Amino acid sequence: MRRAKAKSMFFLNNIWLIPLLPAFGAAVMFFFGRKLTKSSVSAVCVGVVVLAFLFACGSALQYNAWADANQHQPFQKILYTWLGTDTGHLTYEMRNGAQANFQADAGFLLDPLSSIWLLFVTGVGMLIHIYSMGYMAHEGGYYRFFGYLNLFMFSMLTLILANNYALMFVGWEGVGLCSYLLIGFYFQRKSASDAANKAFIVNRIGDAGFILGMFFIASYFGSLRYIDVNHLARSGAFHIGDPVITAATLLLFVGACGKSAQLPLYVWLPDAMEGPTPVSALIHAATMVTAGVYMVARSNALFVLAPTSMKTVAIVGALTAIFAASIGLVQNDIKRVLAYSTVSQLGYMFLALGVGAFAAGVFHVFTHAFFKALLFLGAGSVIHAMSGEQDMRNMGALRDRIPTTYWTMFVATLAIAGIPPFAGFFSKDEILWQTWTSEGGAYRILWGIGYVTALMTAFYMFRLVYLTFYSKPRMSHEIEHHIHESPASMTMPLVVLAVMCLFAGFLGWPHSLGGSDRFAHYLDPVFAHGEARVLAEQGKAGQLAAGEKEEEKTSPVEYLLMFLSVGAAGVGWWMAGRAYTNADKGYTEPLAAAAPPVYDLLLNKYYVDEGYDYVFTGRRKLGKVRLGAMGLGEASSWFDAHVIDGAVNAAGWMTRLTATISSWWDKWIIDGIGVNGPAILARVLSYPARLLEWGLVQWYALVMTTGLVGFVFYYVYH
Amino acid sequence: MLDISTLHYLVLGAALFLLGVIGVLTRRNVVIVLMSIELILNAVNLNLVAFSRYWQGIHGPSALQGQVFAIFIITDAAAEAAVGLGILIAFFRNKETVNVDEVNLLKW
Repeated sequence: MRRAKAKSMFFLNNIWLIPLLPAFGAAVMFFFGRKLTKSSVSAVCVGVVVLAFLFACGSALQYNAWADANQHQPFQKILYTWLGTDTGHLTYEMRNGAQANFQADAGFLLDPLSSIWLLFVTGVGMLIHIYSMGYMAHEGGYYRFFGYLNLFMFSMLTLILANNYALMFVGWEGVGLCSYLLIGFYFQRKSASDAANKAFIVNRIGDAGFILGMFFIASYFGSLRYIDVNHLARSGAFHIGDPVITAATLLLFVGACGKSAQLPLYVWLPDAMEGPTPVSALIHAATMVTAGVYMVARSNALFVLAPTSMKTVAIVGALTAIFAASIGLVQNDIKRVLAYSTVSQLGYMFLALGVGAFAAGVFHVFTHAFFKALLFLGAGSVIHAMSGEQDMRNMGALRDRIPTTYWTMFVATLAIAGIPPFAGFFSKDEILWQTWTSEGGAYRILWGIGYVTALMTAFYMFRLVYLTFYSKPRMSHEIEHHIHESPASMTMPLVVLAVMCLFAGFLGWPHSLGGSDRFAHYLDPVFAHGEARVLAEQGKAGQLAAGEKEEEKTSPVEYLLMFLSVGAAGVGWWMAGRAYTNADKGYTEPLAAAAPPVYDLLLNKYYVDEGYDYVFTGRRKLGKVRLGAMGLGEASSWFDAHVIDGAVNAAGWMTRLTATISSWWDKWIIDGIGVNGPAILARVLSYPARLLEWGLVQWYALVMTTGLVGFVFYYVYH
Repeated sequence: MLDISTLHYLVLGAALFLLGVIGVLTRRNVVIVLMSIELILNAVNLNLVAFSRYWQGIHGPSALQGQVFAIFIITDAAAEAAVGLGILIAFFRNKETVNVDEVNLLKW
């Protein structure tokens, strides 16, 4: 019996192997990658990720069994103390004056939230690794690419599985580094290395927020472990709206804005498309950019105590959603459309988190991972077929030439547009419904934004599909001649993801449509306690109980909204179809014809990059003034050249002056008067005496004789 | 026959002494200066011997102190001549001259 129990804990007890497997792959690539053949590189790197996926599945299954027997507690496995000590030798003073251990574990935590992330990160990661074998087959730096991918998987899994904020931050920085390395993979291209720098620098701004938020948590709660923090946050010791918790959560959200590309830090993500397409799919669509969502969801116990932060999250999310979607309407680069789509969908996720619908936000992350990874991989397959062409204006009528790519991308488009019964419908509809109902309807304006975004999403996605797969062929003859369907290693992941796009949404089949919303209930242990406590504190315990019933009852409004959002998706589809079905060479954008200024504004991405160049980087001058980092640099340079160096020169000049004076004093006063003066005096005064000294012996003898004679005469005659 | 008294000896000694002194003060050659110093010494010896003879006339033939003194001075003069000639040779080696007026380093 004990033996059986021990056996059933195998994956949980060895959960640390999940991140370490890809780390092993990365290490092998680092040390031996250059000498390995492509097939052995694939075997190692894809192999470790497949193994990690199997371990992840095993862990998730074992966790479910374990949780049923343990009151749905999170499973925690602490390997050792990684930072500081737990012996009380190294402590710091908390905000309330108590002493807390300066300590962070190398520890892992598995609960429903991390299980979900674990499964889709390893699952989608595995598919993208397989896809990359085909996509990167003809590229240089094959081992480097897979080494970076494995390093990314290690960092991402560390981020997900960490049991404290400090270790999460390690993963957080690790994925940022890998993102940088992979965006700049084609480092010979200036644009790629610039994009990599941009991503890295913008992310640093967010990371500064994260680390400051972490310090607030450490000083307020005395621990960085999620379990301790959540326990304290839910204990009732802190009241809702606590300013320190508000500050901490806002700072954490700054971190999330950087990593998850929210306003105003989203600018790096569209440029990140300079990286190879599988990277865009894995890092900049499915996994890394959802790290911010994960972090906010992970800190839900804190966020529910800070209504201001929640409002900020919701508003930033909604604004980002519509802002990015509107830019996506007119972009011509197939990957850029998807990049802005990603930013927009991330906005949806934050909208959901901000209105307190954590489960709906996480659900959208989950479904988005599949359809957006699929869209990017499909785009990669299209680009592969088009011999590297990314501009949709030069595509068209690829439907019959690359049928597998077409069908799978079409499924993903249906999913993201929110056409039932594909995955995106369920998650997006849940977010919109939760936005509509939360705060007694105060967020209906946000619902409106989300609704318009849904319409835009459908439009730009179907625009992409029509311009790429339908309409008239617009490519050159040479490229047309080379069009071919991608190899099986690339189409197989597409098919698997397409199947997931179809079925993933069923996990969250809502009550109103006769389902049971299993996804949200699975996450209840993570989210429900916090919400329940807040409602109880606000004296709305009754509402909580009623809410349970209401959820099952459903109101007619929910059906109406559902109908409306499907309608919006349909309208977007219809509009795109009408505009682009027959797009021939030199077609005109309907928006460009109707409202050229608006079109220009959107095509140029609201001139945000230019604005940032004026204000933050200082690459552009505002009149004669240069602001931002370069302005600061110039000002510092001027200050250094004139003030600091001036002071240095002044000090040098002063030294020289005093040295001159001192030298003059020494030469004329000390030597002249003090030393030579007495000597000269002695020489002058001794002059008469010296006249008697001739140096002639006989003269002395004469003087002596004369003296002697003188003495004799004196004594004789005296 | 003219009796030779002590006064004669003293006059002769004084004459010799004067000759010596004049020689020391006026001659440039070191050898002659040394010889003049010998003259001065011997003038003194002559005085000592003269007074010894005068003393014998009063105290008897055993009063010979002055003559013994003269013998000491002769010894001393020999030693002095040796040292003086040694200096003279060293001086000549350096200067290739034996003139005293060319040695005037002993001044400020």
